Amino acid sequence: MTASQPDFHASSVAALADPQIRANFRRAMDGLMAKRAALFADPAEWRALRALGTAVRTRTLANLPELLERLEERCRGNGIAVHWAETTAEANAAVLAILRAHGATRVVKGKSMVSEEMHLNDFLESHGVESLESDLGEYIVQLDHEMPSHIIMPAIHKDGRQIARLFGEKIRGAKRTEDVDELTGIARGVLRQKFEEADAGVSGVNCAVAETGTLVLIENEGNGRMSTHVPPLHIALMGIEKVVERLEDVPPLLALLCRSATGQTITTYTNLISGPRGPGEKDGPREVHLVILDNGRSRIYLDPELRATLRCIRCGACMNHCPVYTRIGGHAYEAVYPGPIGKILTPQVEGVKARHELMHASSLCGACVEVCPVEIPITELLIRLRREASHLEAGSPVLEAGQARNPWEDRAWALWRRLHASVPAYRMLSRLVTRLGRLPAPRLGPLGAWTGARTAPRPASRSLHELARDRGVPDA
Amino acid sequence: MPETAPGTSARDRILGRLRMGRAVVAGPAPAHAAAAGPAAERAGAGAAPAAEAFFAAKTWPPAERLARLRRCMEAVKAEFVEATAATWPEVVRDFLRAAGARSLMAGAGSPLAAPLAAACAGGDGPSLVLYDRPVEEIKASLFSSVDAGITCCLGGIAETGGLVLCPSPEEPRLLSLVPPIHLVLLDPARLWDTLWQAVRELAWARSIPRNALVISGPSKTADIEQTLAYGVHGPKRLVVVLVPGGPTPGPAR
Repeated sequence: MTASQPDFHASSVAALADPQIRANFRRAMDGLMAKRAALFADPAEWRALRALGTAVRTRTLANLPELLERLEERCRGNGIAVHWAETTAEANAAVLAILRAHGATRVVKGKSMVSEEMHLNDFLESHGVESLESDLGEYIVQLDHEMPSHIIMPAIHKDGRQIARLFGEKIRGAKRTEDVDELTGIARGVLRQKFEEADAGVSGVNCAVAETGTLVLIENEGNGRMSTHVPPLHIALMGIEKVVERLEDVPPLLALLCRSATGQTITTYTNLISGPRGPGEKDGPREVHLVILDNGRSRIYLDPELRATLRCIRCGACMNHCPVYTRIGGHAYEAVYPGPIGKILTPQVEGVKARHELMHASSLCGACVEVCPVEIPITELLIRLRREASHLEAGSPVLEAGQARNPWEDRAWALWRRLHASVPAYRMLSRLVTRLGRLPAPRLGPLGAWTGARTAPRPASRSLHELARDRGVPDA
Repeated sequence: MPETAPGTSARDRILGRLRMGRAVVAGPAPAHAAAAGPAAERAGAGAAPAAEAFFAAKTWPPAERLARLRRCMEAVKAEFVEATAATWPEVVRDFLRAAGARSLMAGAGSPLAAPLAAACAGGDGPSLVLYDRPVEEIKASLFSSVDAGITCCLGGIAETGGLVLCPSPEEPRLLSLVPPIHLVLLDPARLWDTLWQAVRELAWARSIPRNALVISGPSKTADIEQTLAYGVHGPKRLVVVLVPGGPTPGPAR
């Protein structure tokens, strides 16, 4: 999406200075945190449910290759065609080939983070296929040619006034209103016609059940059901990690997902799709296709510690509780997945050299770890990725490991080591610091950046050695 | 279809890497690995009994199940109407007349079709239309002129609220989605405690319907300023008609 090289530092500084972003995110995140907390009021139940969810996801990952094979076999048995894609380019090509085979030129989309990874809308538009987002938030974001700023609430960065203006400009004949019900009604009118006319529907998958060959999709709006059941063709997109073993694994995961994501115990629709239109059925898609995308996940899987990243069920609780995300919003990350999960996922997928700034945009406060429904140790993984970004460790599976090394930082630490390893040098240093330390700190280069946001330490006027000597402690 | 056949590249490379990755776990365990070890992790030792215990504890006396379901669903704007096995067709007709609905759709072959046809015959109530042919032939009228759809359900879920529907040739999938009002007949005796219990008792693990769903209220969104708005794409109203001993899904007898 972003044509130029992402510059997290510049975009986060700009976001911090934008009162609209600050206000919109603060309000939204406070609301989401309060709603979630109300549903996890009983700590014993939260711990028990979280342990169940973590166990389901851990067991899934431990058996991932077999479960994917079983899912493929069961889906085929159910009449769902299965396609595999190593890269987003392959996944896009697979979707386009299916659409072309049906002569489909009008696509309606349910919400799918995998499709965001693929930049599917842009790809399809460039091949003459209209691809319309139908989740209200995604629709708003697409109208304004933006990326989602939150994985659950894509348009959370906009307030009602901004959306009213957008609808007024972009939707022909739309009444100018700031009333949320009326705005929703305008979108309903536009999109119901699109559902009726669409040649194909594209959706994501919240989880796929290997045991039964079932695609599970949850949603509140009904656009997911519209996209998957009204058009004659349904294409579902999933990452390789989304499979679960048994149908019984689904209820605990959904319980965690709904509560963590939006503070609901259940969404309006829980949709289990296990096949296309059957004999005698009067509706439902005539064909269902499942595209299983890797896009770097199997490389993450190679490392038993980093593999925990793949437990993620995409609830967004980590970003809702992140002090950094709340202040800079989602767009500043210039990544499909913003917030804490994005800070560990994006550098692993795109490379730690290219995206190392994201890994440092964390105070390691651990709020994300506390609320993660599947216990992903985000802070531990951040620390490990930071280390391996600048120090090549033998056999590291991390993409671009060691390549984010800063030679100036290396030199600074080498000097530090030398000064502390030699007695005369150390004495000279401490004398220098205690005598000159009272001078204002130079605001130059990295030092200036550091002290620009922090109070520079003020050295004492006498060193510890000198004080000790004054009290008669003999030199060692 | 351009489907990837087994044996071709992307699939085999992905699965190959995953198998290689798993071999890493079998090697020396990292210091932070779960104490249970990789073998226990793969078998999911203790997971099933833990789930069993967790969900078995979530149980309500039969009398409380309905009250709980109703409370949960009314909180998200579902409406409830009470009727009996004898009166429900008239109750439905009168409700729709009051709502200003002019046309009601039921599935051809649904056990609801004949009783509704009798109740809606003549008078100033809604006219009954049957979903009796493939959607391609009736899509335009389904989207534009049908005011309400009516279906049965398999039962309800007490813990969270929600009705379990299983669309069929007799009750097609879009009946519960496209018309602005969706009415569902629920027998209050058919309530499960949890979704987990429902999934187990319906034995879907052995044989799962092509489409099954849980509906907990009318369509809604909070995508604009986190303000709840109802009726965004699907039904604007979900009406649960409580019918003790009422009809259950399947072909009409």
